[in-house]
Amino acid sequence: MSEAGQQGSPHWFDDEAGPVVRPYAMTRGRTSSASRHRLDLIALVVTEPAADDPGRDQTLAPEHVEIVELCSETPQSIAELAAGLDLPVGVVRVLVGDLVEDELVHVTRPVPPAELPDESILREVINGLRAL
Amino acid sequence: MVFGRSSRKKRPVEPVTLKILVAGGFGVGKTTLVGAVSEIRPLRTEEALTEAGRPVDDTAGVESKKTTTVAMDFGRITLREDLVLYLFGTPGQDRFWFLWDELAQGALGAVVLADTRRLEDCFAGIDYFERRGIPFAVAVNCFDGAARYPAETVRTALDLDEGVPLLLCDARDRETVKEVLIAVVEHALARSADRRQTATT
Ligand SMILES: Nc1nc2c(ncn2[C@@H]2O[C@H](COP(=O)(O)OP(=O)(O)OP(=O)(O)O)[C@@H](O)[C@H]2O)c(=O)[nH]1
Ligand SMILES: [Mg+2]
Repeated sequence: MSEAGQQGSPHWFDDEAGPVVRPYAMTRGRTSSASRHRLDLIALVVTEPAADDPGRDQTLAPEHVEIVELCSETPQSIAELAAGLDLPVGVVRVLVGDLVEDELVHVTRPVPPAELPDESILREVINGLRAL
Repeated sequence: MVFGRSSRKKRPVEPVTLKILVAGGFGVGKTTLVGAVSEIRPLRTEEALTEAGRPVDDTAGVESKKTTTVAMDFGRITLREDLVLYLFGTPGQDRFWFLWDELAQGALGAVVLADTRRLEDCFAGIDYFERRGIPFAVAVNCFDGAARYPAETVRTALDLDEGVPLLLCDARDRETVKEVLIAVVEHALARSADRRQTATT
């Protein structure tokens, strides 16, 4: 009954999806990139050296290029990219998945679910907040 | 043409990223709180979600699929070049609990914002974080004109566990919001130390 667990296999929105369909045209209907786990909102996208090579991949959409440009300045989180490009998070996940496949970027893994960052990091956060 | 601007740059640092959630009822000041400490104006992202297999209100009992777009606000605090904290305002309505699940994964803690004029609006958030074992603090947003209650009165009304920090704050005021965030992380740290102790004795 539930389709919530269909990660890893591409699927398509149905007609009822309404206004959200438009941005997904850019991702050719895919709502999650094949064979990849769901990227966390705070996963950072970091460019690879190969991304410095102009015009390397002619199949990239302008949005792909924009992501690479944004991230080559400073690594950006999925959430920041979505806000910066004014695209739904799901679309950004797909586009970033493409770039990972092309080895133009890699994505940092935030702390795994159900695990807290270790205590030394928590202490650093407290000190950092105090110093603000 | 493509990525010319960025060529021959040194590799950027890859900071550790952490997140704290900000929950609470509609209009309680979540976005204001995020904005008070964020180094960027709170950004808005939209997540298009498929509510799979959830019954829809007006067709009682019928299982159907529906796509909902949910907006989230978030801000960023760069604590150090290699340590970045994100704050996420959770969507207010209870029916978006499934989005909280995703947001809550790996969160270091949460703030539940409360308004004493509508205290019940924050129950859902408290229940949620208690049940998932996510460390949280309750922050009472002191709106102008709202009656002030002592923290202990609010604590009793909320039936909070003893260890849960409860603070009064003004969501517009950076200093009080900082105190709230520090309380959350200190609480997370204390809990983590407790757990370690239990594990080794
Ligand atoms: N006087 C006063 N006003 C506040 C305070 N915090 C927020 N406000 C005001 O209350 C209104 C709602 O605040 P928001 O930060 O948008 O609340 P929210 O929780 O993000 O609201 P939703 O996202 O719509 O649920 C805004 O007009 C704020 O300016 C406060 O501490 N004191
Ligand atoms: Mg808001």
